[in-house]
Amino acid sequence: MTKERRQILIFLFFAAAVLVTPLFLKGSYFLNVLIFIGINTMLAVALNLLLGYAGQISLGHAAFFGLGAYISGILTTRFPIDPWLAMMLAGFCAAGLAFVIGFPILKLKGHYLAMATLGFGIIMYIIFNETVGWTGGPSGLSSIPNLHIGSLVFDNDWNNYYLIWIFTLGVMLLSINLSQSRIGRALRAIHDSEVAARVMGVNVRVLKVQIFAVSALLSAIAGSLYAHTMTFISPVAFGFNFSVEILTMVIIGGLGSIYGSFLGAAILTMLPELLRVFQDFDIIIYGLMLILITMYMPGGLISGIEMLAKFVMSKIRGKQSNA
Amino acid sequence: MLRLDGINKLFGGLTALEDVSLSVTKRSITGIIGPNGAGKTTLFNIVTGLYTQTSGQVYLGEKNISFFAPESLASLGLVRTFQNVELFGQMTVLENVMVGLHTRSKSGIFSCAFKIPSQIREEKYIKEKGLKWLKFTGLTDCADLNACNLPFGKGRLLEISRALAVEPQIILMDEPAAGLNSRETVELAGLIRRIKELGITVVLVEHDMELVMDICESIIVLNLGKKLACGTPREIQENAAVISAYLGEG
Amino acid sequence: MDNSRQLLQYILSGLSNGAIYALIGFGFAIIYNATGIINFAQGEFVMLGGMLTIFFLVFLHLPLGLAIVLAITIATLVGIAFERLAIRPLKNAKPLSLIIITIGASIFIRGAAMLIWGKDTHALPAFSGNDPLYIAGATILPQHLWIFGISILIIILNRVFFNYTIIGKAMRACAYNSYAASLVGIDVKTMVLLSFVISSAIGSMAGIIIAPLTMTSYDVGIMLGLKGFCAVIIGGMSSGLGTVLGGLLLGLLESLGAGYISASYKDAIAFIVLLLILFFRPEGLFKKKETERV
Repeated sequence: MTKERRQILIFLFFAAAVLVTPLFLKGSYFLNVLIFIGINTMLAVALNLLLGYAGQISLGHAAFFGLGAYISGILTTRFPIDPWLAMMLAGFCAAGLAFVIGFPILKLKGHYLAMATLGFGIIMYIIFNETVGWTGGPSGLSSIPNLHIGSLVFDNDWNNYYLIWIFTLGVMLLSINLSQSRIGRALRAIHDSEVAARVMGVNVRVLKVQIFAVSALLSAIAGSLYAHTMTFISPVAFGFNFSVEILTMVIIGGLGSIYGSFLGAAILTMLPELLRVFQDFDIIIYGLMLILITMYMPGGLISGIEMLAKFVMSKIRGKQSNA
Repeated sequence: MLRLDGINKLFGGLTALEDVSLSVTKRSITGIIGPNGAGKTTLFNIVTGLYTQTSGQVYLGEKNISFFAPESLASLGLVRTFQNVELFGQMTVLENVMVGLHTRSKSGIFSCAFKIPSQIREEKYIKEKGLKWLKFTGLTDCADLNACNLPFGKGRLLEISRALAVEPQIILMDEPAAGLNSRETVELAGLIRRIKELGITVVLVEHDMELVMDICESIIVLNLGKKLACGTPREIQENAAVISAYLGEG
Repeated sequence: MDNSRQLLQYILSGLSNGAIYALIGFGFAIIYNATGIINFAQGEFVMLGGMLTIFFLVFLHLPLGLAIVLAITIATLVGIAFERLAIRPLKNAKPLSLIIITIGASIFIRGAAMLIWGKDTHALPAFSGNDPLYIAGATILPQHLWIFGISILIIILNRVFFNYTIIGKAMRACAYNSYAASLVGIDVKTMVLLSFVISSAIGSMAGIIIAPLTMTSYDVGIMLGLKGFCAVIIGGMSSGLGTVLGGLLLGLLESLGAGYISASYKDAIAFIVLLLILFFRPEGLFKKKETERV
């Protein structure tokens, strides 16, 4: 079986599992958790494109998430704009902003880039908090309308699950396609040796900004979906802590692995559910996870699973040849 | 093919290159030699756009490429390899060569993400070409290995394959023989000759005198940032100034 | 008359905040110059200074002086642990890994603080009371004098240490060329450790002297750290006059901006300055342009 065939099969299997799961969970609270896993997966994949492939760190990605949520929220509550149109506008705005700040910010490297994105994230957070006339400030923005297609309204867990996961699967598929393509190779080349990539003709500066804009676009769309499914948003969800959470999801899952981002998102979304006391320990656990995974399993859990799978396969083959 | 006119490069108070002018004939194999610190790699870096010269001009054919950024040079047909092999370690050998085809392809983010038919066709083309260049350098068996796992000699060959995938007019090699054993060096010489047969101009910076004298048709000698001599291998070997600059080397 | 008094007040608070930013900036510069890395956790040491002092003073009822000494000592020990556990094992890691680990460690410290002391804000009582002094029409709190006094002391000590003591000069040698330094017998590992010791000590001290004026809590580290980073960037990553000026400049811009443009966007001003500097003059405002030899 060729590599491409196998990849398509894995994706179809994953998509089928996703689409079939709600049938076993009708009316369960867990469906709600899965919706969040979907949104977080979108965010983790978006950051992974920037961090895992191009190797550019961003500590302010929650800002684009928030931007998408607020633009959608504001356009649909304070103006009579159709939610789907608002989502597109939110995406464009986020991509546009990313384009504008992308050129100067991506000239920076390493810690300087980290600090700059952190600063950017905090500036956006302050804006969300202070422009009370538009965003409702710390009390948040409520009564955001649900999305709907014709008479199908996305206002319950069942419908929302499919809405979110169709988008998430789409984002995952597009990202997988991208990673196997000329662009994906160029991004990974930038990550491994920027100078060699330039010599090969890769326009590093422009490509970095382009992927930054794509990443922002996807995060904003996730934000828009979040706004329309929650119908209420407040700045708390879009601050530095959440940026760290998204980063941790990407790192745990594995830099450069799309399924890894799903894994990371799933684990970090479920952790607060599983550990009642998690609330107090969350920050410390994120810190520990970042350190331990980076030191001992830099490829993330996905690489750990792959190693395990290889080990098991070799044992099975060993037994077959002995039998 | 390649012409440098009065290149000067100062780093603060240090003069790395002083009034260096040279020209490289099309389809030739030219060697640039000189003791350590002569400015050879600096010269390469200037030609390939990684450094900017303090004064002077660089011409590729008729085109003045003096201030061009490195990324624009590949599509003009100029490519280089590095002294410290700069491979894309996390990608496979084949993928490394496929990056070389970046300027021979044009699918953008949208086409790649949505896998439109023209992108699928182009991807097939890139892969075929990539395999062809791996075959040229004898690396076909390593195609699916991770580049960081390659032994050093094969890593050098990979860098050359990748550069060839650009389908350049001229390839600049920075110390390609460094770290190779004698067998590998002989194979390298054969490879460079085959590259020339493809019609590609080769310029190499080298310390391995045997290799240089063997394959180069024309040699330029640099010393302390200045051009000391230029000529055929025989002329260089008999040049008194060159001999004294090397103090018995070669 | 009132306007000029107000202006004076803004300048005063701007300068005192600026002094703090400068001290935090020193911490960044010292570690960067010794190791080449940016200590993302620098802000957390500032936080630890204030929080630990409050802990010793308020919960253990220790006298202020002892509380301060203990706080600085413990913050320094945390700094040493950080260097040993997170930095030293990773000298050869990929740059991206190093960044993520320093981020992880700073988050860890912050998380530990939240676990131990909760999310509440706390106030450290002023060192010598709250009776204001009236000088040249401006109201100066005694704490302001403490801040200026201690800051100047630290700046002077810093200069003396790095320029006139053997150890200080050894550290500077490491900054320029650690290989050469090791060849002449300087123990680079110890110098690195020492840089963390000094940075965490200065950082925690900065956190302590500002704590009576601004509330402190487990998450003040991020903001203060970023602002200190901004100061040191303006100053060109030096642990000298450049960073002092950078800090003061930042403090003034922030204070005047908050006073005359908008108070709620005060923090945003500092970060906008940070972005502008990083975008347009990452080498700082005071450094002469260096040419790099490759």
